[in-house]
Amino acid sequence: MSASAMAGYATPVKDIDVARALGRRRKLTDTVVRWLCLLATALGLFFLASILVTLLWRGFAALDWTVLTKEFQPTTFGDPDAPKGGLSHAIVGTLIQTGLGTLIGTPIGLLVGTYLAEYARNSPLGQAVRFVSDVLLSAPSILIGLFVYQLVVLPMGGFSGIAGAMALAIIVIPVVVRTTEDMLQLLPNTLREAVIGLGAPKWKMITLVCYRAALSGIVTGVLLAVARIAGETAPLLLTSFGNSVMSTDLGRAMASLPIAIYQQANSGFPDLIAIAWAGALLVTAGVLAINIIARFALRSRI
Amino acid sequence: MQQAATAAGAADIPESGPARRRSTSFGDKVFEWLCRGAGIFVLLLLGAIILELFLGGLPAFQAFGIDFLFSTAWQPVEGREAYGALVPVLGTIVSSILAIIFAVPVAFGVAFFLTELAPTWLRRPIGTAVELLAAVPSIIYGMWGLFVLVPFVQRYIQLTVGDTLGAIPFVGFLLASNSFAGTSIFTAALVLAIMILPFIAATMRDVFEQVPPVFKESAYGLGATRWEVMRGVVLPYTRISVVGGIMLGLGRALGETMAVTFVIGNANRMPTSIFDPSTTIASIVAMEFPESLMGSLRQSALLALGFLLFVISFVVLALSRWLLRSRLKA
Repeated sequence: MSASAMAGYATPVKDIDVARALGRRRKLTDTVVRWLCLLATALGLFFLASILVTLLWRGFAALDWTVLTKEFQPTTFGDPDAPKGGLSHAIVGTLIQTGLGTLIGTPIGLLVGTYLAEYARNSPLGQAVRFVSDVLLSAPSILIGLFVYQLVVLPMGGFSGIAGAMALAIIVIPVVVRTTEDMLQLLPNTLREAVIGLGAPKWKMITLVCYRAALSGIVTGVLLAVARIAGETAPLLLTSFGNSVMSTDLGRAMASLPIAIYQQANSGFPDLIAIAWAGALLVTAGVLAINIIARFALRSRI
Repeated sequence: MQQAATAAGAADIPESGPARRRSTSFGDKVFEWLCRGAGIFVLLLLGAIILELFLGGLPAFQAFGIDFLFSTAWQPVEGREAYGALVPVLGTIVSSILAIIFAVPVAFGVAFFLTELAPTWLRRPIGTAVELLAAVPSIIYGMWGLFVLVPFVQRYIQLTVGDTLGAIPFVGFLLASNSFAGTSIFTAALVLAIMILPFIAATMRDVFEQVPPVFKESAYGLGATRWEVMRGVVLPYTRISVVGGIMLGLGRALGETMAVTFVIGNANRMPTSIFDPSTTIASIVAMEFPESLMGSLRQSALLALGFLLFVISFVVLALSRWLLRSRLKA
């Protein structure tokens, strides 16, 4: 562009009216977008509130001592004298399977996370393991149920509590891997160098120093994993299946709270649906409480 | 890498006799192989999942061939068994994509609000609330959907939309209200949207926060409004990661089981309108697998569906990871 062509254009004159109109339009757009964003946030919070209020309202209406202490009973609909049922079998089943799943999954996840953070930060195998673990973290949980069905239920000839615990353990692993790796990577390298400089072998450095320094983060990961599997339904449907009586036998079908909720909510009888709401309240209260505790455990450290 | 070298070096220095040295390097080897073994175990686990699903579905693939993908049949009567994947596959994809369409604008609004608009004291509580929404188990969403959302959709949305927009020529049939149960693809997509909203919003918030403040400050210094900064600076900078976050939400929606099973109506026939009941891969497996006979062709067809779901969600998740990764490296 030559100088003569430049000179051909008039120097820009500030037109107050045009500038004002433009300014108004820009401000208006900004205000509209702001209100839409506020609305979107309000909508998100409204859904959370709606779920919680529905749960509290319908759950507390049905929650009583019978629900916590009695086993499943057929509906009392049309027969007021029949004994009322509860969810004790499901509570016990959930505690057993969640506990066992966490016990199996946590050590494996911890070792994998250690491997990724301490041994294989940039190696090809490490990249592959990290990728696979991330895929497992978001893989549809029902497919894990199908897998355990093929691997355990089919050879054993029937649904079993141990199959449910194994499916839950597979879900625990990637959650623990992620937090363990993240927390170990946050540790400063000077810490590691100091331990090595004292002449300690690497495995002692990891187990005695790194784990201890990252403890609250690792515990948070385990808690989040527990919260995740405590409400897991789909894989249990294909592995431990559910049971209407109290059973602690790991070789047979075992009840769990989410499955009991699923079955009773779909039964169509008002009294069973009420019990399902009580169960839903118990599960959600437990899961959210664990989540909040995990958050505080992490925050107090950082 | 560097640490491994230091560690090996430390182990090589004779400190308190050869016996001690051997025992510590032995401990190192055991622990390293324990960790590596666990890593390899995870690799094998994913391989085994793919293999088991494929082998389980093999009889169905062999019996129906490529037609399995394009057939709408679902006939469990013995002797005349015929199974096709088209209805559940289509239901899965349509409900997930609808959910993304509903969820993304709201998630963007939440993320924009949390990073740029909200006063600092409000950011933490709202962020925590959104994360708690992500922690609620899917069965609770299903129950809430069945007892709260389904009646609402049935009463206020389905009939209104069906009567008005259903009259649009050529495409109106997609919105027609043919069934009156309230359980439909639309309701399922709505529940899915609420479920994946916190995931997408959290990812978007995290990537928005990664934008260097100096970029934003320069734009503000030129007199840009917040929306102009978002559109002109933050979004172009984070575009790829935002798409990655959306894909992550899509991956979740594709495999969601319980919430969908409660509200989609579980009808294995071709839907013509989004207000028709249908089914998804995950919900047909949850409904039919426990009651099908061990080793039957029906079970094999369901496993084959599981394999298809795995392939679809694997592709989506791998893509999302790749998109999010390239951002972190840049």
